[in-house]
Amino acid sequence: MTTSTEARSSVRSATHKRTRTAQNAVGLGLRMRRNWQLYAMLLLPMLWLAIFAYWPMYGVIIAFKDYNVVQGIWGSPWAGMKYFDRFVESYQFWRLIKNTVYLHVYELVATFPLPIILALCLNTIRKKWFSRASQLITYAPHFISTVVVVGLLVVLTSPNTGVTNKLLGLFGIGPQNLMGDSGMFRHLYVWSGAWQTMGFAAIIYLAALTSVPPELHEAAIVDGASRLRRMWHIDLPAIVPVAVILLILDIGRILSVGFEKVLLMQNSLNLDVAEVIDTYVYKIGLASSVPQFSYATAIGLFRSVIGLVLLVLANTFARRFAKSSLW
Amino acid sequence: MSAGTLPPDEQRLAVGASIQDTRGDKIAMACIYTALGLFCLAILYPLVYVLSASVSNTRKVSAGEVWLWPVGFTLDAYRAIFDYKAIVSSFGNSVYYAVAGALVATVLTLLAAYPLSRKGLPGKGLIMGAFVFTMMFNGGLIPTYLVVDQLGLLNTRWAIILPTAMAVWNVIITRTYFMVTIPEELVEAGKVDGCSDFSFFWRVVLPLSKPIIAVNLLFYAVGQWNSFFNALIYLTNEHLFPLQVVLRQILIQSKVDPSQMQDTSKLLQMQELQQQLKYSLIVIGMIPPLLVYPFVQKHFVKGAMVGSLKG
Repeated sequence: MTTSTEARSSVRSATHKRTRTAQNAVGLGLRMRRNWQLYAMLLLPMLWLAIFAYWPMYGVIIAFKDYNVVQGIWGSPWAGMKYFDRFVESYQFWRLIKNTVYLHVYELVATFPLPIILALCLNTIRKKWFSRASQLITYAPHFISTVVVVGLLVVLTSPNTGVTNKLLGLFGIGPQNLMGDSGMFRHLYVWSGAWQTMGFAAIIYLAALTSVPPELHEAAIVDGASRLRRMWHIDLPAIVPVAVILLILDIGRILSVGFEKVLLMQNSLNLDVAEVIDTYVYKIGLASSVPQFSYATAIGLFRSVIGLVLLVLANTFARRFAKSSLW
Repeated sequence: MSAGTLPPDEQRLAVGASIQDTRGDKIAMACIYTALGLFCLAILYPLVYVLSASVSNTRKVSAGEVWLWPVGFTLDAYRAIFDYKAIVSSFGNSVYYAVAGALVATVLTLLAAYPLSRKGLPGKGLIMGAFVFTMMFNGGLIPTYLVVDQLGLLNTRWAIILPTAMAVWNVIITRTYFMVTIPEELVEAGKVDGCSDFSFFWRVVLPLSKPIIAVNLLFYAVGQWNSFFNALIYLTNEHLFPLQVVLRQILIQSKVDPSQMQDTSKLLQMQELQQQLKYSLIVIGMIPPLLVYPFVQKHFVKGAMVGSLKG
């Protein structure tokens, strides 16, 4: 007890660095006991994490087993790599990979720069009310559900009453069922996504822009730099580190596109381009009358592992060339 | 305009502006204002159009007479919604899931974020790593479903609330918020006064954290309100369905069940109303989150700023 009071008093009087050493001098067990209330607070969140995040990770082993409900996860017989082989050799394989990668890469290339441009524009606006109003409006779609966004697409492109067909009608083009047109699926998916996410995605860039010291702009003004030049040479570099990190995360998600929205936009007419890995997993694993748990898990695991590998690769690449990385 | 009357911040900008607003800059600014204005209109147009169509005469909508403002104002579509039992009950369910889900999730997030924000907690790095790893890798759809099944949660309200209760991203942002706003000196001062960690958290940390609590509540509540996939896989009992699942059936799959109409005399109008029901349903589905987010909006940029600090 005396040591602990001594330690505590020395902690109080010490500077920050010495606090550390003093604490280290106290045994690990004692430090843990002294913080028991903090561990108690962590108990519920960690229980949640164990049940809903790590227990499913253990469940992933059914990808290597012939899972059946009676024998359970551990009791079911091993199947080795059977399900992975079946997936790679199946006629669905290349179609699924192609659809998923196409959709994600199109989305990435088309929509990644948009929030950056939006943030740069919002940042130069000097009229407070205008800036605040545009932010309020551009955030709005982020808070609308995927179901409603797809519902909007359905009513806006409806062949009978939709606005798009009235517009096409002005150019003398007859009614088109855009939602049922597999050639239009990717465009509708990507651009409605841009409509929904662009404003909110700009927030993180706006936050990064607040760190730009105004003196830089003042100095540049004195040197006669134009507005656009200052955006390019002062504001943009402040954003790049954040953009690189977001890009790395996006590349890690290359095989997992916005699955809910794809599922909602699917119909029998566009399935040839709209079937992606995640929707396929859902269909054979849960929606089918004969659920194939092991096969679906194997496909899901295949996707997750590739995603993780891509994330690590992108991060290594970014660390070497862009000097900004996740870890 | 005399620069002297402006607050210091604007003053500097105004002085700057008088020096540098060349013709090229004026054109550039005009372009930026126009582009932003057009973009805002593009965002608002679908929303206004649907709102107008939902209160217009059905025939006028079908005939394509509605472009921007309502034509032949009527509230029939909203009356039809109140007659459709599944919509009313699922609306109630969604409110329940949003409120309960947001409370459970926010409590869990605060409980996780505070200890992880404290300096020198043994094992902190390890625990944080366990949280962050789940962002990069997860068990996937089927194993998660099997866990929910084994816990006996299928077809209960808990299946909607628990599996998505905590978002690790929110834990990270909340933790960084604590690290920035609760200085180590304050913790030490609390200790000197004999304040335990529990009472310090309750009496000092929480009152200082109202903005981050508000942001958490909003994000979780909106997330629950908008989610449909968990209900799709975990629920088969129609009485537990949230609004989004019913919206999907009617809006996207065009499934309208006549037996859901309380007043059978209205069945004949059903065909005609179905199209209009779609517009009013979209409005009902999107209005609640849109009413709430402006109140918390001012915290967003700050939250993102805090979240981007590496901890």
